[in-house]
Amino acid sequence: MAEISTVTPSEHLEHPDYPMPRAAGCPFDPPPALLTLQEQKPLARVRIWDGTSPWLVTRYDHMRALLGDARLSADTTNPGYPYRNAAGRAGDQIRRTFLTMDDPEHARLRRMVTAPFAIKNVEALRWSVQTIVDGLIDRLLDGPRPVDLVEAFATPVPSLVICELLGVPYDDHDFFQRNTRVIVRRTSTPEEVVAAQNALVDYLDDLLGDKQARPGEDLLSTLAGQRVDAGQMTRREAAQMGVLLLSAGHETTANMIALGTVALLRHPDQLALLRDTDDPKVVAAAVEELLRYLTIAHSGRRRVALEDIEIDGEVIRAGDGVILAGEAANRDPRVFPDPDRLDVTRDARQHVAFGFGVHQCLGQPLARVELQVVYSTLYSRIRTLELAVDEDQLDYKHDGLVYGVYELPVTW
Amino acid sequence: MRVEVEQPKCVASGQCVLAAPDVFDQDDEGIVEMLTDRPGADRYEDVKEAAALCPAAAIRLVSE
Repeated sequence: MAEISTVTPSEHLEHPDYPMPRAAGCPFDPPPALLTLQEQKPLARVRIWDGTSPWLVTRYDHMRALLGDARLSADTTNPGYPYRNAAGRAGDQIRRTFLTMDDPEHARLRRMVTAPFAIKNVEALRWSVQTIVDGLIDRLLDGPRPVDLVEAFATPVPSLVICELLGVPYDDHDFFQRNTRVIVRRTSTPEEVVAAQNALVDYLDDLLGDKQARPGEDLLSTLAGQRVDAGQMTRREAAQMGVLLLSAGHETTANMIALGTVALLRHPDQLALLRDTDDPKVVAAAVEELLRYLTIAHSGRRRVALEDIEIDGEVIRAGDGVILAGEAANRDPRVFPDPDRLDVTRDARQHVAFGFGVHQCLGQPLARVELQVVYSTLYSRIRTLELAVDEDQLDYKHDGLVYGVYELPVTW
Repeated sequence: MRVEVEQPKCVASGQCVLAAPDVFDQDDEGIVEMLTDRPGADRYEDVKEAAALCPAAAIRLVSE
């Protein structure tokens, strides 16, 4: 596809580069330049890696309005779509899932996999999540110290849960975690992303074949039996959807667990509120606040305008790319008073950490239950949990699609 | 106040069930179902919250 910029080169000089760096020593706060734009130019044009100048949206009300507007498309095949990088472009062009489709195609495919994420079905999994979390904590307590919490706890929790839900053998987790990491790493080459994507789809395709022959009670068996066999989708489409479901929950929840732990250790008063409560409502509120405060999907939701959209005195033209920065929107003082303060007692439910509009995260009910179980269990069972390295030695995922820490050495 | 839902718009986020579980439910596929379209006045705040949290604008409140 030709790389089209809708502005002249001289105008580029006025457009700040995106993404922007975080301030040194403020690992939980969005880049300061994002918040400056939110105050001074909430609908701004920025320059991205390929030289194009999409819009950058930083205010909460604009973000909700635009993500709820069907004139903005998530379809990456539309000209002007602002890809994250060359690897993202390569990956998106071979990946056909509802994530990058518009309605009605999006709705048709998404509805095929919504059942397990209905609230009562997710609540029925809570006990199973608790058993997984307790088992991993038992192993931590029996194992050596210090330990990397990312590898020994934060990653296995969502991995074990989604494997159980989908019916994927957890024994293969090294394989799919390694490939998922290639897809979300900003430094991956297009070839690496395509190879990782294909390896995962091939793996799921084989697994769906097994499920067709010997169905179980899991989601992949349902897809294989009720959707593929009925001709509603091809096995390849089901495999791509399986990859999406398998990988989406991994990096996100794992990073929320690890980064949330870092944030709470740096705010001992807030940690104490979580550790010392038995009230599920207090825990649920804390989860929402941590989702808001950390907003780990920090690469912007990406869209392209299908028609001219007038918003707050600006006109986003058809064909313009739009990047919506949720990490800035979730720090908008018009909606969240004193937004840079982590306050687990505030009502943060209206945050956009899961996005907004029809593409809002499908797995959010499951993510909530996982985080509620983890946050209400980990710190109360290991009451003296602390970092095993100096804070400034932590390596943050500035280059990732999802924000977090690469390793989290802890002891107790 | 009357509540209307548009099931074709629903994306099964479950936000309404979490906000007002005595007014909203989900069918087997997670699509919104109403338990009552005329909630008591003491439920208005939660119902408004459910409508505000719905990512797909599938819930509408109509004053009568």
